[in-house]
Amino acid sequence: MKPAVLIAIVVFIVLAILHQDVWNWDNADLVFGFMPIGLAYHAGYSIVAATFWAIVMKFAWPTRLEEWADETDDAATNNN
Amino acid sequence: MTPIIVIAIYLGALLAFALFSSRFSRGTSADYFVASRSIGPFMLLMSVFGTTMTAFALVGSTGKAFQLGIGTYGLMASSSGLIHAACFLVIGIRLWAIGKRHGYVTQIQFFRGRFDSNAFGYLLFPILVLLVIPYLLIGVIGASKTMMGLTGPKGPNPGMFPEFFESTGGAIPPELTGAVICLVVLCYVFAGGSRAAAWANTFQTIVFMAMGILAFTLISNKLGGVGAAIEQAKASHLVRTESDHAGVSPITFLTYMFIPLSVGMFPHLFQHWLTARSAKAFKLTVIAHPICIMIVWVPCVLIGIWATGILPPDATPGAVLAMMVGKLIGSPIIVGMVTAGILAAIMSSLDSQFLCLGTMFTNDIVLHGGKKNRFTDKQVILMARLFIVGIVTLTYILSLVLFKQNVFDLAIWCFSGFAALTPLVIAALYWKRATLPGAYASVIATTVTWFYFFKQSGYGGEYTVNGVMPVAYCWLAGAVAMIVVSLVTKPPSKQTIAKFFPS
Repeated sequence: MKPAVLIAIVVFIVLAILHQDVWNWDNADLVFGFMPIGLAYHAGYSIVAATFWAIVMKFAWPTRLEEWADETDDAATNNN
Repeated sequence: MTPIIVIAIYLGALLAFALFSSRFSRGTSADYFVASRSIGPFMLLMSVFGTTMTAFALVGSTGKAFQLGIGTYGLMASSSGLIHAACFLVIGIRLWAIGKRHGYVTQIQFFRGRFDSNAFGYLLFPILVLLVIPYLLIGVIGASKTMMGLTGPKGPNPGMFPEFFESTGGAIPPELTGAVICLVVLCYVFAGGSRAAAWANTFQTIVFMAMGILAFTLISNKLGGVGAAIEQAKASHLVRTESDHAGVSPITFLTYMFIPLSVGMFPHLFQHWLTARSAKAFKLTVIAHPICIMIVWVPCVLIGIWATGILPPDATPGAVLAMMVGKLIGSPIIVGMVTAGILAAIMSSLDSQFLCLGTMFTNDIVLHGGKKNRFTDKQVILMARLFIVGIVTLTYILSLVLFKQNVFDLAIWCFSGFAALTPLVIAALYWKRATLPGAYASVIATTVTWFYFFKQSGYGGEYTVNGVMPVAYCWLAGAVAMIVVSLVTKPPSKQTIAKFFPS
């Protein structure tokens, strides 16, 4: 397994744990005066998730798989 | 009458846009089923996002936030941003590569090839179809109920068309809404197949995203700004602490994370993946999906929370968005536009589901076993079209028969069923040791546990086992069965491994 893939898996697990944010469970504070902190945290989490996937795309992209798919374009007719 | 005119304009524009895509059709079955694998990054993002988001994106998120509070977003949206994107990357791209290399257009073709068994396809086929059908019904019935709510009597005032529809108090009856929705979707799916569905989904996704933001902006302005709007909301809905009605338990919150795995086994999403021009086309979908979810869900969850200070606690959750728009905005044009947005969210899933069932019946049942050579490409397309007409007709009839039943309660069970089947696809794609008996054991273990919990729930509705979502048990049963049985049975042949695993 490539190191970049291994790091991506570890970060994915960390993000899954951070999703639980038990520390916000009963916190009713408002962020920017209108957004409950529990909601603001998860909105921010969505942005972090998108950033994480952007980094994964850059460093752990399955290049070989793409080449493998393209190798036999002409043979892609026998679908049974 | 104005909202109906706005909705009619929307439906006309949708139809015109989708039918315009037929100009790019190559007239082959490959074009009809998978758009000749030519869809680029933006359209793939919009079609995959639109297909994944059902009526729940606008109506359900608002209603659920009205019931549970802010926990709704973490429960269903932010987890999906992480898990959906993971499924697109880990399952979607690999299935796209295998599908392209071997010419597959359905999931069953992949599983039959991977496990070298025709019979396995016959086991999986009815399970997938039975899980998609309630999902279809939810869409058609949801559209009918939305239109009944829009045009029905409001307090002492009669409905919009008392002279035409006496039995419903002037509301547009489900027979008419269902027929119009089914016909519009059927028209463009019949004509353009997968390409038309991708174009239509792009249009619909833009519409429902824009309408969600529009409703949010207008409602918050009416309430005196976002700060004033949150001030009048119930305090119980600003946290996740469990109270009489609001909140969610930590264990439910944790195990709910299994639900978004369902996108890994949706047959209609599988077909969208196969339309991609290249693996690189997936990049935008993977990265932007969490952001798109945020753009739609944060405003809707906030509207649902604001509604706790405005609407009575016993208001129907599914009607909260419409009630907030009707009560606070009132403009018939805006009401029509938001309703069009709700219909867009519903129809962007319906078209893909109709198409995928037609594709599955044609390719997995009729043409399976080398029978494809007996038919010309035109005959294959005709066959798929006839199946789609049959499925749309059946869905329409079932939606009328089951209109008064609470099919919405089945939604979570459909998602649970698809999610619990993901050990099968993950093992098939990444574990060379996964065997046919292991695949059988996994599907049977998943089905048996799923049915057990479904029965325990009273055949639908929300149900947990000491707070744990049943899908967690079903998923684990499927995973353990796959691993144990595969390890004690004969490994797949070298030819199968070479065919499905890049060296």
